Amino acid sequence: MTRHQKEIIIKNVFFVFSLISIFILGLIVVFLFREGIPVSREVSLRDFLFGMEWYPTYTPPSYGIWPLIVGSLIVTAFSSLIAIPLGVLAAIYISEIAPPAIKEVLKSIIELLAGLPSVVLGFFGMVIIAPWLQETFDLPTGLNIVNASVILAVMAVPTISSISEDALYAVPSEFKEASYALGATKFETIARIIVPAALSGISTAVILGMARAIGETMVVLMVAGGAAAIPESIFDSVRPMPASIAAEMGEAPFRSGHYHALFATGIVLFLMTLAFNLVADYISQKFKEVGSATL
Amino acid sequence: MERFFRVLVCGLLCLLVAAPAALAGGNVVIKGSTTVLPIAQAASEAYMKSHKDVNISLSGGGSGDGIKALIDKSTDIANSSREMKKQETDLAKSKGVNPMAHVVAIDAIVPIVNPKNKVKNLSTDQLSQIYQGKITNWKEVGGENLAIVVISRDSSSGTYESWGHLVLNGAKVTPKAQLQASNGAIVQAISKNRYAIGYIGIGYINKSVKAVTVGGVQALAKTALSKEYPVARPLYMYTNGAPKGDTEGFIKFLLSKKGQEIVKKEGFVPIK
Amino acid sequence: MTKQTMSGTMKWRYIKQQLFFGVVRLSALILTIALGSLIFYIVINGFRVISWDFLTLAPTDSMTKGGIMPAILGTLYLTLGAISVALPLGVVAAIYLTEYARQGKIVRAIRIGVNCLAGVPSVVFGLFGLGFFVVFLKFGSSILAGALTLGILILPTIIGAAEEALKGVPQTFREASLALGVSKWLTIWKIVLPSALPGILTGSILGIGRAAGETAPIMFTAAAFFTPRLPQSVFDEVMALPYHVYVLATAGTHIEQTRPIQYGTVLVLVALVLGIDLIAIVIRSYMRRKKRW
Repeated sequence: MTRHQKEIIIKNVFFVFSLISIFILGLIVVFLFREGIPVSREVSLRDFLFGMEWYPTYTPPSYGIWPLIVGSLIVTAFSSLIAIPLGVLAAIYISEIAPPAIKEVLKSIIELLAGLPSVVLGFFGMVIIAPWLQETFDLPTGLNIVNASVILAVMAVPTISSISEDALYAVPSEFKEASYALGATKFETIARIIVPAALSGISTAVILGMARAIGETMVVLMVAGGAAAIPESIFDSVRPMPASIAAEMGEAPFRSGHYHALFATGIVLFLMTLAFNLVADYISQKFKEVGSATL
Repeated sequence: MERFFRVLVCGLLCLLVAAPAALAGGNVVIKGSTTVLPIAQAASEAYMKSHKDVNISLSGGGSGDGIKALIDKSTDIANSSREMKKQETDLAKSKGVNPMAHVVAIDAIVPIVNPKNKVKNLSTDQLSQIYQGKITNWKEVGGENLAIVVISRDSSSGTYESWGHLVLNGAKVTPKAQLQASNGAIVQAISKNRYAIGYIGIGYINKSVKAVTVGGVQALAKTALSKEYPVARPLYMYTNGAPKGDTEGFIKFLLSKKGQEIVKKEGFVPIK
Repeated sequence: MTKQTMSGTMKWRYIKQQLFFGVVRLSALILTIALGSLIFYIVINGFRVISWDFLTLAPTDSMTKGGIMPAILGTLYLTLGAISVALPLGVVAAIYLTEYARQGKIVRAIRIGVNCLAGVPSVVFGLFGLGFFVVFLKFGSSILAGALTLGILILPTIIGAAEEALKGVPQTFREASLALGVSKWLTIWKIVLPSALPGILTGSILGIGRAAGETAPIMFTAAAFFTPRLPQSVFDEVMALPYHVYVLATAGTHIEQTRPIQYGTVLVLVALVLGIDLIAIVIRSYMRRKKRW
């Protein structure tokens, strides 16, 4: 075999391997749909998505996941409310304001926060924050939207912060220098020049952070309370989609109606996170900051 | 450098696949009810002590989990705190599984409240209405003016099914009910919450919660066996057909005098 | 403009800046306090339980006494299995993407695929693992199924890290090698890959940390509540640290009594994961300083 032939073989073998990610993604989609679509035999799409009653083990069962979807959306919204300011401000601090020593320390802190297993954060929320909430506010339960949102925010901040930081770092220094040359203060430079320039990257960061929150399982399983109902206050319990799937997957016999309903919920969840990821990808491509060479 | 890595990875893979035991021992997989779990766990520990070559792998998850695993042939024994439903037995038979029930203990499901709660007795009807969300304040049943927080199990639980069957008569639990994953979790939640009501297997009662009598009858071994206490039920272990080998050994052990003593020690009611 | 107006406006702009900086510093502080208090609580409550016995014995007396050794071992097996799947696949894919592929539609599709795989929720991986490895391929609930599921979970992390590492190798290295007549593959194998190895190593270590801490993917593919003896084959179930915390805290038989053990397990898990991450961070900054190019 000539060297050339060997090169071609290697290149093609590697190509096949690199398709692995798409292959697995495709496999996941195929499986989710294969096991989830049959739920349409039991309930119409409209009733499934917008039905208000999730009683999968009753006879007859009812498979409405609207309360679950609302639960997911609410905890994601509230956790973003906390995580976005924290994450973006921390990113600004790290990239523009902090002295080098603190910068290194803070980056490590955020990276360590990112590495914490979700079950540990869920445990913390369940065992320390829930009782505290219950006593301080005299609530029926400490396992609720507030608790879940705070913990999810802690999980989302590292994502938001590190991607935003990369975006801020990528802003050409000519922009900053021009701004200072015109007499702007540091704050004005940051607020009016740097952040807007990095906006697409920051938006990507925020969207990915939200995708993280909506898909997170263990935290909501342990901390959100489990009530499959539309909440009336932020101190109510909810049952986001991942929590419902994880809690009920073990008991649904293979290929039963409940089993299909859970996979169908998985499809909805998967599509939502996919949408977030695709939007983030689109934004980062379309609004890619061109380099300073074009100035 | 790469050679080192290659050797390391190969070595670790070998360790992964071949290492742990030269012993060929028996292997028994048990899954299912969290109510039966303490019995199964204590019995497993005792059995493994006297049969050193048997490895028992125990999981909880709820009666539904266990039954599903039996149907999917991924467990030897399914712990269940309820009878298998007709659709489950049909599904099992269609997959070539023939479930055989072994009653290993008697259980009473006891409604519990926080020790600070003044209510001492509730009728089955009151319990049913509370769980359906129709009675929402403790003062309606003789307690203080406080909202009732309903705590229940999620749908994989046999305790949940039995409660629904014996107390609610098939009515739906209010969607506002807080759901906990196990008897233990309910105990924990009730002990910290003076508004709450929950239900657990009798073996889980401890000092941190207060048991409520049902229709004037206290949940005891005596009243459960005599059926005077209305919310009593058998606890099952299901196997696929007649159990063989180590599975048979384990079930026989549990049904023996020693096994039933373990049942008693865990707070449940032995079958005799 | 009079001197008065100038300094007045300047003062106001300065005040705005100080307010902003204050808020920014506050958020950094909040994050530090969050991590600090988390670690504080875990250490304070878990410390008492840690002992040589705790780390080397199996649980006894319905988990209220004894140790967590089977869980530590189970986590070890699952993690090693995961990385031995993800590392070769990921590095090969990264090599193709950086060294061989022409920038075009296919490469873009592959990258989108990797990014989307990275965004898949862990419970969906669990569902997939259950449907595919456990049932369809009939592996059953086993180390094999769990390790494979974890492996595809960390695959995007490995691919990303490997790509970064490969991109960081200066083009001049490759050019010099090719100029000397070395074939492309040999260039990669002998020159590029060794230079990228520290970065790949760091990425792998972070992937290991991630795999060790995940619960949802192993809940239905590998983990058991109580199996105190060592697994005898890859088709056995195992205990695992994250799952152990979860079951003891929610589904256990003696939740309040085992609370100290829960804290202890959390401490061991956090120490393991953070330790792994710290090693990766240290290696990375060491490599950055030592770079000779």
